[in-house]
Amino acid sequence: MTAARSATTPVTRRRTRRSILGSIAWYVGATLIAVCTVGPLLWTISTSLKPAADILSGYLELIPRNPTVENYVTVFTDTPFARYLFNSMFLAVAGTVTNVVFGSMGGYALARLRFRGRRVVFGGFLASMMIPTIVTMIPTFLVLRFFPLAGGNDIFGQGGFGFINTYWAVIIPFAAGPFAVFFMKQVFEALPDELGEAARVDGAGEFRIFSRVYAPLARTGMAVLGVLTFQAGWNSFLWPLIVLNDPSLFTVQVALSSFITEHETNYGPLMAGTIASTIPVLLVFVLAQRYIVQGVAHTASK
Amino acid sequence: MTTPAATRERTSGRSAEARPAPFPRRSSGGVSKTMRRQAVSAWLFLCVPIVLFVVFLLVPIAWALYLSFTDYAVIGDTTWVGAANYVRMWTDPYFWIALRNTTVYTLLYVPLGLVIALGTALLLNRDSAAARVFRTLFYIPVVSSTVATASIWFWLLNPQYGIFNVVLGWFGIDGPAWLYDSKWAMFAIVLMSVWAGFGANMIIFLGGLQGVSPDLKEAARLDGANAWQVFWHVTLPGVSKTTYLVATLLIIAAFQVFDQAYVLTKGGPGNSTLTLVYYIYNQGFGSLKMGYASAISFVLFLIILVFSLVNARVSNAKADGR
Repeated sequence: MTAARSATTPVTRRRTRRSILGSIAWYVGATLIAVCTVGPLLWTISTSLKPAADILSGYLELIPRNPTVENYVTVFTDTPFARYLFNSMFLAVAGTVTNVVFGSMGGYALARLRFRGRRVVFGGFLASMMIPTIVTMIPTFLVLRFFPLAGGNDIFGQGGFGFINTYWAVIIPFAAGPFAVFFMKQVFEALPDELGEAARVDGAGEFRIFSRVYAPLARTGMAVLGVLTFQAGWNSFLWPLIVLNDPSLFTVQVALSSFITEHETNYGPLMAGTIASTIPVLLVFVLAQRYIVQGVAHTASK
Repeated sequence: MTTPAATRERTSGRSAEARPAPFPRRSSGGVSKTMRRQAVSAWLFLCVPIVLFVVFLLVPIAWALYLSFTDYAVIGDTTWVGAANYVRMWTDPYFWIALRNTTVYTLLYVPLGLVIALGTALLLNRDSAAARVFRTLFYIPVVSSTVATASIWFWLLNPQYGIFNVVLGWFGIDGPAWLYDSKWAMFAIVLMSVWAGFGANMIIFLGGLQGVSPDLKEAARLDGANAWQVFWHVTLPGVSKTTYLVATLLIIAAFQVFDQAYVLTKGGPGNSTLTLVYYIYNQGFGSLKMGYASAISFVLFLIILVFSLVNARVSNAKADGR
């Protein structure tokens, strides 16, 4: 016992020294990258808490000399920033709810119900995910603008503005994205067959089997999809920029982008607005990190 | 075309038979009734996604294709102009500028994004609490929107007070004006996009690295392979599928770059950050030349399609070769 141990000691020691060096190098490398990823955000928070006079003179100070919330006050009083936050929240939540509900139902049908045409429907959804959104952007705008009987339009879609400049223009086209259907299909496929068969023998209807048997088992999957959809909705920019021109309907991203143009040198309020617009997604990330990592990994495994 | 489908049909039929019968076969009538009920439910379950799919995807694609052969401009008469929009692209200098800028962006962004995502994944490919903490920290930029990221980088890239030029100054380098310099603006946008996006691809690579057998790596090491050889001959081939996937995602995203250029530089200075999607946006919603904009968007669609297919080819050939 003792002899064996003393025989291995030099080797072990050499290996230990190497592994200590290696692990120091690992920590140094990882910390340097972390500084690059988190540093800019910290610097932004710090800048947002500095009074106007200190922003340029004390631009290298990570801890503000005279911390103040005046920039936040400016953002929320000079602009209807609370309204922008509400618009973004409303649209992101609406998109999340519709995608989780319709995505679950559609995904369930494709995964667990047998019917003619299933392969065609699934193939269509799959192929559509490869089409860049820019291709359908202009006609989607036109579909919404000339939608019959919407927003002052007559039956032929003339006379009004349709759904343009309403929340609907953002909600409807993306209410049940192919990704949501595809994602939930994968989730439901992983569940066992037997449960549904047993319920079917007991005479349960298809909707009941979905809502009582399978949907509760797919809650984690729904949470993952919900978190991903919320983030995408909150962060979406180009589409709200196109269809929402009424300032009272601006999302926080659209408003922030116009800040950059308008307050080009007024960094304090700009940084405060940036932080205020990021806090909701950051909170979701902190609370639901597990789901996000799972979701991203899952997206890749398709 | 019919043969594989028929084979698949037969296989799926066989596998259905192999499974225990889903319900007692009272009579063939009962079975078909259940089947019919399932089919009706399935279409009901799918009706919302299918209707939206038709109205906001199939119809728009057909409509866009039609528009690309017209001079549609929302107001005024619309006439069929044949291939004029496509011909016009050939002689439109701004289209070529946008195409060149987008290509430059893609050629810089994709390799850089790929290498950094794989590099960080390799660094964090260990099971420890510290690795999990760093994974979170590396992922943070992904959470913030492109607009918020742009806003943050607007400050970082400030020629006088931004951290970039401050750090360069420590080394005696007089940093460029970045977003105000037509030579550097696109590069700045590439750096920003890599920073903002690599965390998600790192997670995908971490998933891929789970599939690389530790035994194989150990065997290579015992055979005297050094760390680089193990990486090059074992790890990298092991994640070739993931690499293909990430590269495709990056290329598709790169060709659609818009937010950053719109928010930070409005396509400038001197059109140096005018991208294809930005040009389509300008033509379609700025100048209301929706016919022409649709034609450009179809060209962009084809470019993305070609790149995805070529990439799939190359990656598959590589995977087969090993």
